[in-house]
Amino acid sequence: MKLQEYTSSTHNFEECMKCTVCTAYCPVLQVNPLYPGPKQAGPDGERLRLKDPFFFNYALKYCLNCKRCEVACPSGVKVADLIQAARIKYDTSPPKWRDRLLASTDFMGSLARPVAPIANAVTGLGVTRTMMDAMFKIDHRRTFPKYSPYSFEFWMGRHEKEQAAFGEQVAYFHGCYVNYNYPRLGKDLVKVLNALGVGVQLLDKEKCCGIAMITNRMTKEATRNAKHNVSELSKAVDKGLMVLTTSSSCTLTLRDEYPSLLGVDNSSVRDFVIMASRYIYERLEKGAALRFKPDYHKKVAYHTPCHMEKLGWGVFSEKLLRMIPGVEFTMLDSACCGIAGTYGFKRENYEASQAIGQPLFDQIKAVNPDVVACDCETCKWQIEMSTGYTVMNPISILAEAIDNNKTE
Amino acid sequence: MKFNTVIIGGGLAGLTAGISLQKAGCSTAIISTGQNALHFFSGTLESMEDAPQRVTDLFAEAGIALHYTPGVRLMPMGTFKKAALSLEDISLFPETKIGQKALIVSFTGYHDFFCSFLAEGLEKQGVQCRIKLLNLPELEQLEKSPSEMRSVQIARTMDRIWETVVREIRILLRDEDTVILPQVFGLRDTSVLSRIRQGIPAQVVFTGTLPPSVPGIRTQILLKRRYELLGGTYLMGDEATGAHVYDGAVHSIVTHNLGNHFLEADNFILSTGAFFSKGLKSNPFEISEPVFGLDVEQAGDRSDWYNPEFMREQPYMKYGVATDSSLHALKGGEPIKNLYAIGSILGETRPELGTGGGLAIRSALAAADEILKNTKE
Repeated sequence: MKLQEYTSSTHNFEECMKCTVCTAYCPVLQVNPLYPGPKQAGPDGERLRLKDPFFFNYALKYCLNCKRCEVACPSGVKVADLIQAARIKYDTSPPKWRDRLLASTDFMGSLARPVAPIANAVTGLGVTRTMMDAMFKIDHRRTFPKYSPYSFEFWMGRHEKEQAAFGEQVAYFHGCYVNYNYPRLGKDLVKVLNALGVGVQLLDKEKCCGIAMITNRMTKEATRNAKHNVSELSKAVDKGLMVLTTSSSCTLTLRDEYPSLLGVDNSSVRDFVIMASRYIYERLEKGAALRFKPDYHKKVAYHTPCHMEKLGWGVFSEKLLRMIPGVEFTMLDSACCGIAGTYGFKRENYEASQAIGQPLFDQIKAVNPDVVACDCETCKWQIEMSTGYTVMNPISILAEAIDNNKTE
Repeated sequence: MKFNTVIIGGGLAGLTAGISLQKAGCSTAIISTGQNALHFFSGTLESMEDAPQRVTDLFAEAGIALHYTPGVRLMPMGTFKKAALSLEDISLFPETKIGQKALIVSFTGYHDFFCSFLAEGLEKQGVQCRIKLLNLPELEQLEKSPSEMRSVQIARTMDRIWETVVREIRILLRDEDTVILPQVFGLRDTSVLSRIRQGIPAQVVFTGTLPPSVPGIRTQILLKRRYELLGGTYLMGDEATGAHVYDGAVHSIVTHNLGNHFLEADNFILSTGAFFSKGLKSNPFEISEPVFGLDVEQAGDRSDWYNPEFMREQPYMKYGVATDSSLHALKGGEPIKNLYAIGSILGETRPELGTGGGLAIRSALAAADEILKNTKE
């Protein structure tokens, strides 16, 4: 029975039954009346766009690409993919300089890192922020992530030998954030994996996964990075290595956005790229053991990032955290924090961004945890800036809780 | 990952089973492909004329108040339908007479609530109706995107400004004994419903809108929250794509998102719904159940599946997965000993369980009881 295969439509848009369930879960629609909503922007609009590109609506740029419409859709329509694909296909105007600046995380990182203390001081200044707002429409109320004075790749270079000594090996796709802003997360992962008897190596040369380039329509650059990364991932997979990640957005991009939005075939590597939390959970399930500090105590509230929700892997982070003795666990209602990568940095989105996150911020304040756990770096910036609570990746919490001296 | 029971389908049936099992100390996971039929919930649980205490308790513990008054409810076309066990949104009347005069209130730009149909239906029954559309500045924002001025969007605004609506209605009200409003209130806080009723000096009747259903979404949110609070694992947006079945028993489930990480369990519940939710699929030759390939009761010839007269009763609506008397699903005529089919995937093949909400809840409780009985033994 091949009928279904022959009649299937791009991103499943013809499966849409017009039930409007997606519109109930779109965070943007709740705060920004200029956005036509996922049903209108996605499958409904697609019909019109196929008829005549004239019907392309520039308000599609307000889509966060959070994918919550897809998670809610009972009919399997790839609503968010439809919207992003339409932006790529029909909005052919060159991306703004501001968008290029924000999306080039790799490039900006390599520029800022060598002069990190200066860069951090400068971006922290009110006058700089006012200037950036005036020149680029990057909102002045937004706090910028700090750059690290040394890169994670540099640190790994110095530990290459000791990591190679472990009998078992995995590769780690660290992403721009760990490399330029927060090497500590990478180091925490190495600590946890080493405690499990696993050594960590890097890919020969990874590039930014490209998620911000995709949403900012730098499609050519994103496709270039995608092809490069798939080839680098293949080398690791050929060596028999699993490739671990600590960012849910990088993971979704490497696994799902490459084929569906950029047309880059990743089928040979897709199944080998998984979140570190899933890998560690599976190791523990198969009998590996970690020893935890007897006096560890922390009240942890877990926030499921949108892309983790789409991956469907929040459960691994949750179960790992619940496994730690002394962790008092609360699951926060799954809701978008509002930043969505570069989205919340743009002046035109700042208010919407904060309004979207408000229910989450309120819930965090009500729970009053010691720390918020979350697998996404931009959620971390948003939640820390908007609530004042510290946000840690579940891997870092795990690293903090294990007893290094006694781990077998 | 291993659980006592893995439930495929996260709607009313799946959540009811999940909550009952978690409460009894069994670990469970629910796999839910997108949202479910609760988003189209009328607010009344059909075929629950006996209103078992167990059901009202289960809902009450989740923060959902059900009331039981056998009678009739007002439908959006101004007609009446029999109803008994209902959410507090729904007013139940002993007979098809709601009053002498009704004020029907809706909002400018809102197209999913048909005031004139409602008025026409009621006037046929001798109720004098007056329609008023409120023009609220707070809703102007929504009007900018008219295609998305939907029940839920309005409900979110109403959570903030329901008091304004009460004030406006008090001004509008003349000698009407009844005020009819669309069901767009109390999405987050159900106490709003009774506060509106107290605030308006007439009988207030909330009536259904086009989907999504605001009382339905609220019910989904509260049931899911209760389930997760009891320690249940709700895998939202995932899909069961296959199963490992050996020796007449299910061993594990394969899902789209988890790939080679299988979900193992002692028991499995299939509550994937009927055609809309793809619990049942059809092609020109047969109707099938996609996860396990279970037996589906159906007429052999496709032309017998449907009645060409569209509005007549359609035979395919009755088709469902075949089970034994303890709801074990059948495959090749043999029951799978640890797989239970519940909810609308049963079609109306088991009329003693009722239809719609009643079928979902009764079959869910029956399957949960069976599992608990077997777990104890």
